[in-house]
Amino acid sequence: MNSSMKFSRNGDAFLLSEIPEYGSNDFLQKIITETSSGWRVLNFFGVPEQESLTLYAVLGARREQQIGVMKCRVTESFPSISGYVPQLHLFEREIAETFGVIPEDHPWFKPVRFITSRTTGQNSFAKSVDEPIIPGVTDYFRVNGEEVHEVAVGPVHAGIIEPGHFRFQCHGEKVFHLEISLGYQHRGIEGQLTGGPYPSTIHRMETVAGDTTIGHTQAYCMILEGLGGSAPSQRGDSIRAIALELERLANHCGDLGALAGDVGYLPTMSYCGRIRGDFLNMTALICGSRFGRGLVRPGGAAFDIDTRQMVELQRRLAAAKSDLQNAVELLWHSSSAMARFDQTGKISAEAALELGLVGPAARACGVQRDVRSGFPFGAYKNHGWQPVTDPHGDVYARAMVRWLECQQSIDFIAHELDHLPQGGCRAKVAMPLPESMVISLTEGWRGEICHTAITGINGTFTSYKIVDPSFHNWTGLAMALRGEQISDFPLCNKSFNLSYCGFDL
Amino acid sequence: MIKTILARLKQKHRTMKYPDELPVLPELFRGYPRFEPQKCLDGCNRCVEACPYGAIELLAQGSRPRENRISIDMGLCIFCNECALACPGGAISFSNEYQLATGERDELVAVADQGHKRAGALEEKRLKLFSRSLKLREVSAGGCNACEADTNVLNTVGFDLGRFGIQFVASPRHADGIFVTGPVSENMREALLKTWEAIPEPKIAIVCGACAIGGGPFRGSPEVNDGACDLIPVDLYIPGCPPHPLTILDGLLRLLGKI
Ligand code: SF4
Repeated sequence: MNSSMKFSRNGDAFLLSEIPEYGSNDFLQKIITETSSGWRVLNFFGVPEQESLTLYAVLGARREQQIGVMKCRVTESFPSISGYVPQLHLFEREIAETFGVIPEDHPWFKPVRFITSRTTGQNSFAKSVDEPIIPGVTDYFRVNGEEVHEVAVGPVHAGIIEPGHFRFQCHGEKVFHLEISLGYQHRGIEGQLTGGPYPSTIHRMETVAGDTTIGHTQAYCMILEGLGGSAPSQRGDSIRAIALELERLANHCGDLGALAGDVGYLPTMSYCGRIRGDFLNMTALICGSRFGRGLVRPGGAAFDIDTRQMVELQRRLAAAKSDLQNAVELLWHSSSAMARFDQTGKISAEAALELGLVGPAARACGVQRDVRSGFPFGAYKNHGWQPVTDPHGDVYARAMVRWLECQQSIDFIAHELDHLPQGGCRAKVAMPLPESMVISLTEGWRGEICHTAITGINGTFTSYKIVDPSFHNWTGLAMALRGEQISDFPLCNKSFNLSYCGFDL
Repeated sequence: MIKTILARLKQKHRTMKYPDELPVLPELFRGYPRFEPQKCLDGCNRCVEACPYGAIELLAQGSRPRENRISIDMGLCIFCNECALACPGGAISFSNEYQLATGERDELVAVADQGHKRAGALEEKRLKLFSRSLKLREVSAGGCNACEADTNVLNTVGFDLGRFGIQFVASPRHADGIFVTGPVSENMREALLKTWEAIPEPKIAIVCGACAIGGGPFRGSPEVNDGACDLIPVDLYIPGCPPHPLTILDGLLRLLGKI
């Protein structure tokens, strides 16, 4: 068996013809082999071509910032390998749902988003051809026994939050199993990118997950820059990194407050709730929008940072740093809050690796996984980013990692503001190369964001695949709940704080 | 304990005095559109072409140039600024004016030289019922979660929504009205309608964000409904993508006759 893949780097385009093609058995075997020797799955998707479906595996190497790609052609089905490579389980189901090509003997064969197949117009999971697709209606895993009961929550939840359905199998207060069923936020973003980019595309990228506007738009811009072979402006890259870290700060700070709130510790909750707004307003100071809408654009940034703004940002950053430190330290010193965080919702490093968790959720299991250091891009390229980790794998660790990352981000922004490269903040981007592929990775505040684009003969997209970090991590939440009290669900859920719309697309 | 008290002193009192004192918005904040028709050179149409969602109309009035009538439908606008960047003469810009909510769909269309229309209070019956206590059930239906985030902000100490008697509640049975965000994805349509049905009469309906008004960035996608306006009878339209928390608060207070 030829042992090579097409090797590439974050954001570099290459010709489709360079990707080696394998027979399906060799292809799947190779995924099993590579993932057991240090590679992991960044993306796994299908592209329909005439009568068949081409499967692309995009893998990432632990060392040397390498991305490997290979492909194979399948028709109606292929043997599922999720039993060997659990991190693939949702990717395989997604392929079945989107294209009607079945991963045979998948151990957990259920809909991902409750949508009709793009190619067959049917539902791969239905028992009969005309069975309607009703979101949330599927075969749930059930624990039987006299004292076992089931708790069903959602799609509409009690707070101002996105919709999703949760099923708990409980014995008294204890959760045996949690099953999460999503798809309610599906807007069909990927399917409509074929033939693009369109004028609306950048705005849809900004709203893949609205709290991750910078992370996803950065990934999208790297796709266009890669396809155009055009380097973005260095100053623009720096501004984008500042915005990305502000986005992380706002969300991490909000999460720390919300975690405190979930255990009834109000001081940290109130203070962090407000300080989160301070970070959002810093982004608004740069571009007018608290979520960074309109800021990240192909070639760099649409808004520059002038001296006056720079001084003001430094001032606000220093104030927020001191306020945040004060607010969060209260939390660590509150023994009753710590008693709830400690040992709650625990995941082992092995489980994190098997499931392919990313972002703070993975780093809180002691797994060193961070795009800023693993596949550095833009302003992080020369920065030598050191990811923070915590070995405990519980709510406490996920909170602690957020707090340590907040400090890192604040220092990084202060440094970047002092060393903004000279020149314009936006460079020209050339037309996209035809018949090419590019993979872009960024580290959003929830973790690794992966976009993969393929262009056709005229340079327009024939396929565009988005992986939000939540796609990897929702299963982590389900696992964290095993053996926990159901009353700890809100706390565990908040400690992951995953995106519904980023998952549903 | 002493640490908590010291922290309380350091963090200070932060609830804004709104609406008695008006807060300062970021200089670059994009609010109510500002038109300078005299700068519209020859009706080049570039703003219309630049708008990804067809929110702009440019109507030539009379025979002379410079008399073009520009309008922006804030219900479709996502305040992306593309039109302002495209206009060679600088005829369109966005002001700092955040009070954007209206009570009628067509009042969202901002037209040069025509006054800025703002939402009014509910009619007497519902106003009497709800002005001192309004409980809302929020339904998130297919957006990007930013509208939800900036609605949630109203519950922080900075805004303290509760002091106006407005509260988001956990069940439609406890609610006086619905507050919808998102374009209404096909997968959320039924849940939205069921929630609306579950709210007892008399009730009110609020749509928040470009999505819920007209589909927002997802407008035209076959997987969404282009907003909730054809599904429920709307009393308050809050434009923006997402609306600034103050835009939402201003709309709610106007609806209750408090501004
Ligand atoms: S209106 Fe804009 S901000 Fe609000 S949910 Fe829709 S896309 Fe997100």
